Amino acid sequence: MNRTRTFGLVAALIAFAVLPNFLKSYGVYLMTLFCVYLMAIFGLNLTVGYAGQMSLGQAAFLGIGAYQAAIFLKLGWPIFIVLPVAGIVCFIVGLILGFPALRVQHHYLAFATLGFNILVYLVMRNEEKVTGGTFGIPGIPRPSLFGYSLDGALPFFYFTFLSVVVLALFLWWLLRSPWGRAFAALRDNPMRATSLGINITAYTLLAFAIGAACAGVGGVYYAALVQFIEPAPFHFSASLTMLLAVIVGGSGRFFGPVLGTIIVVLLPEWLRFMQNWYLAVFGFAVVALMIWLPGGLLSIPERLRWKGAAK
Amino acid sequence: MADKIIEFDKVIAGYSPSLTILNETTLDARRGEITLLIGPNGAGKSTVLKTLFGMLVPRSGEVRFEGKRINGKPPRALLADGIAFVPQGRNLFGSLSVRHNLELGGITLPRGELPARIEEVLARFPRIRERIDNQASTMSGGEQKQLEVGRALLLRPRVLLIDEPSIGLSPKLVQEVMTLLRGLADAGTTVLMVEQNVRTALKYSNRALVLEMGRLALDRPASELLHDPDLNRLFLGGHARTAA
Ligand SMILES: Nc1ncnc2c1ncn2[C@@H]1O[C@H](COP(=O)(O)OP(=O)(O)OP(=O)(O)O)[C@@H](O)[C@H]1O
Ligand SMILES: [Mg+2]
Repeated sequence: MNRTRTFGLVAALIAFAVLPNFLKSYGVYLMTLFCVYLMAIFGLNLTVGYAGQMSLGQAAFLGIGAYQAAIFLKLGWPIFIVLPVAGIVCFIVGLILGFPALRVQHHYLAFATLGFNILVYLVMRNEEKVTGGTFGIPGIPRPSLFGYSLDGALPFFYFTFLSVVVLALFLWWLLRSPWGRAFAALRDNPMRATSLGINITAYTLLAFAIGAACAGVGGVYYAALVQFIEPAPFHFSASLTMLLAVIVGGSGRFFGPVLGTIIVVLLPEWLRFMQNWYLAVFGFAVVALMIWLPGGLLSIPERLRWKGAAK
Repeated sequence: MADKIIEFDKVIAGYSPSLTILNETTLDARRGEITLLIGPNGAGKSTVLKTLFGMLVPRSGEVRFEGKRINGKPPRALLADGIAFVPQGRNLFGSLSVRHNLELGGITLPRGELPARIEEVLARFPRIRERIDNQASTMSGGEQKQLEVGRALLLRPRVLLIDEPSIGLSPKLVQEVMTLLRGLADAGTTVLMVEQNVRTALKYSNRALVLEMGRLALDRPASELLHDPDLNRLFLGGHARTAA
């Protein structure tokens, strides 16, 4: 990364950190929600953008994390136990789900995750004893950190914000290791990757499972933020929205999820005044984007440069 | 006679059940030699290498490495056994640096061993060392081929499979790559090479195998074939079988 980009990134981070101080609590809530979805969408970008697999079940992992957090936080477990447990459970579920699907062939992971999401949704709705069914689980307590309560909107925002930064740093490090570069190899040309002995199935599976774990961790923050969970936000349509965020932002670009999440997760909230028209406009915009800008919004600067150079 | 390190025994293989490319192919490569595999386009030369490297599983017959059957062994396992493969065309990851390309070549090695192995390759290829932090795509074609071979050597293979290394290289660079392969063979590495640049490749090879329609049509010492007055006719549309 060059210096101007590093500078821009740091400036954006500072602005993002300062902004909530000038917002009403709903604004802070939205910014926290943004960080939560960003965790899941960063994870999905690993699966979709780097490992090149379609996953239609990211919301299910978000939900698994959220329900676990709801149950365990209500039992009084500390956040530092709840977080890794959610991550590890989703990682393992990801391995179990992905292993048979990835062994077969390309599109099977899409089908498997779709079916999985529907199944998870049904369990959330029907297993009332555990999940509260359609009534969900209310009264989830905000966790505290070393005795410091994260009850307020701002403290919880900063906790979530720092967490997503840490997660992003971890993914950055991962993707810059030889291990991560193998993904570039896979995407470029599977034959080249095979000739170097890269185990395509194992790598893809691992990427998918790590992506699932990111969503599981995000789910913990979701439960603690909203303090009430029900099945609806973990419906398959939410998975589709997250997939759109990856594609709109530019799949396989590290910062693609940031832009994609702003557009896909926050715009609907801000443009509520358009009511039902919003979905139509949004749907049209997405289709237009996929036709004219398949590389996503982050590919615009490259395109411009390319055009400039062609003159 | 040198021992046979690679053997194909009546191998039948293809890309789909209805499409047979290798049709009872029987051939071998001997330890420490450069075995040159030649033949018309579509004869199945690349398919021989892919089958040997486990990218294609034979329908019948046997592929042996050092006398042991390796049918269906995956590429990773074969790399660990000591077979490396440099496929046809560009094999580097152009957007990554030279060093990162080397690191990817050693991805199957234990992490701790990698730096020493990379150093070993750099000691052999000073030109790669000079470019170590450059993007791989900025290197010349010859340097890129060197890097591909260097990257394959990272695993200290006993057998190197290489498919048409001369493509896109100037005659001078072709000589360099051939000299490099000759040096490897003289140091004990077995090389199985597919090459269209027949005349040049023969000069550096020990043996030539001619493949036609997935079958071995000719097996001769390279020097003999090189001085065969029929050579031009053989590779300008004629059939090797008639000369055999
Ligand atoms: N991946 C593939 N899927 C299906 N058919 C293939 C595939 N690769 C090669 N073939 C076919 O197999 C036959 C043999 O191909 P192969 O690449 O082994 O030929 P070759 O001798 O290396 O030819 P060339 O000199 O052109 O490289 C050809 O008819 C080719 O069309
Ligand atoms: Mg070929």
